[in-house]
Amino acid sequence: MSTELEAILGKTWRRPPFVTNPMLRWGLLSAFCAYMVAAYMTIEINWSRVYEGLDRGGQFILAFMTPDFVSRASDIWSGLLESIIITVAASVVGILISIPIGLGAARNIAPLPVYMICRGIVAISRALQEIIVAILLVAIFGFGPLAGFLTLSFATIGFLSKLLAEDIESMDRSQAEAVRASGARWAQWINYGVQPQVMPRLVGLSIYRLDINFRESAILGLVGAGGIGATLNTAFDRYEYDTAAAILILIIVIVMALEYISGIVRARVQ
Amino acid sequence: MPVKHQNGTDIWRRRTTKQSVAHSAMWLTGLAIFAVCWQQISNATTWFFVWDAPRIASDIWTRATPPRWEYISQLGRPIWDTLNIATLGTLISLCLAVPVAFLAASNTTPSRLFIRPIALLIIVATRSINSLIWALLLIAIIGPGVFAGVVAIAIRSIGFCAKLLYEAIEEIDAVQVEAITATGASRWQVMAYGIVPQIMPAFAGIAVFRWDINIRESTVLGLVGAGGIGLQLSSSLNVLAWPQVSLILLVILVAVVISEWVSAKVRGAII
Repeated sequence: MSTELEAILGKTWRRPPFVTNPMLRWGLLSAFCAYMVAAYMTIEINWSRVYEGLDRGGQFILAFMTPDFVSRASDIWSGLLESIIITVAASVVGILISIPIGLGAARNIAPLPVYMICRGIVAISRALQEIIVAILLVAIFGFGPLAGFLTLSFATIGFLSKLLAEDIESMDRSQAEAVRASGARWAQWINYGVQPQVMPRLVGLSIYRLDINFRESAILGLVGAGGIGATLNTAFDRYEYDTAAAILILIIVIVMALEYISGIVRARVQ
Repeated sequence: MPVKHQNGTDIWRRRTTKQSVAHSAMWLTGLAIFAVCWQQISNATTWFFVWDAPRIASDIWTRATPPRWEYISQLGRPIWDTLNIATLGTLISLCLAVPVAFLAASNTTPSRLFIRPIALLIIVATRSINSLIWALLLIAIIGPGVFAGVVAIAIRSIGFCAKLLYEAIEEIDAVQVEAITATGASRWQVMAYGIVPQIMPAFAGIAVFRWDINIRESTVLGLVGAGGIGLQLSSSLNVLAWPQVSLILLVILVAVVISEWVSAKVRGAII
């Protein structure tokens, strides 16, 4: 009988821990406990205010049962239409710009200087929050949907270029090389060697980004960059929970529809 | 293979004539939709301000540089609040997301007909509404402050965590579950010994990934009054204190980069 088995025999089996190193395990656990205590000590919760608010919370949940689409119908529709317009325009422009940047950010097809520049653009775009970009662009371009459109285009570039570049980097080299060996120019090489390989994923990601852009466009109105957010904010400020509930329901329905469509499109292209 | 006849020879083409007509029609429709959208945006824009934009931008830049470095002494507490909002929000959302995920996964749900659709609805509803909107709502209900931010982040993250988690649960190896069941384990024992060990790495990865996203989101929650560094950002913006704004933006940028680095390290260690 092996010594390993002898050592185990007669003992009750115990589940192996998730973090195997005991020092690390207890260290992480005690650090976590210390953090929780520190967080609990410094966070201020006004429980009486919370208790008072529960009433209004209940009202809001009830408002979902009786959403009011009618009394602010024109505001809701114009806001929603503007959100959709911003979403579509920003997605189109963002995707168009992110394709060349995505090509530039793929190490296997771009020279090093181009690669560095494109990765830099991607990093900046990803690090900046949409809402912060929107604040700056509203300050620069004035109130209105143009600022929202530019914000979402900018955010789309970071997201799509990064994922596109990663997809290009993991593509099958031999196909691209076969096209190149037939004497293709650079543009032909990209068009026939690279593009067919990444197209399904690009289409899928674009649809996904459209979905994200719509969700983000709902908050741009909070800082004056157009869309449904301004209407929603007003509704909350005036405690018109039934109108707010109507807007939220519309947003959820549109997002669900977009998700459903994107599922179909992705299943078809892949 | 679609070919084109030209001077008696066959030339390879990518699409048949019918396909290429359909293709062009699709592009044309897309272009028309974009043109209409652009027209609407253009109508709603005051173009005078846009032509003036480079001057305004350079004006803001000169006002915002150099950042007011002394102001950082007042930012310690807001950063701590931001960290708390993100971390506590993530923890609460994970506690709520785990049951939702088990109810939504088709192999663990008690009832596919009734409970699974409800769980999926919770996932979609919490996912599709941005944390800023949740924060707006919660401020109206429970008053401004860090707690509203924590709850907003928690609610918003349920959908994301539960979705990824239930996908992980659906992909588990059924053989291991069957082996545990064959030993005579109860339903909860099967859960604890057959399913949980398989999804644990995915769970840890999701938690850290969402924490990273939540750090980003909690930096701006203050704009609507839900605590954190966004509160300082919004008050600095309101009094046009651009040197403070630029410092806060720098701090946010550093926080985002650090959290992304931490999350990448931890996920690399797990997976």
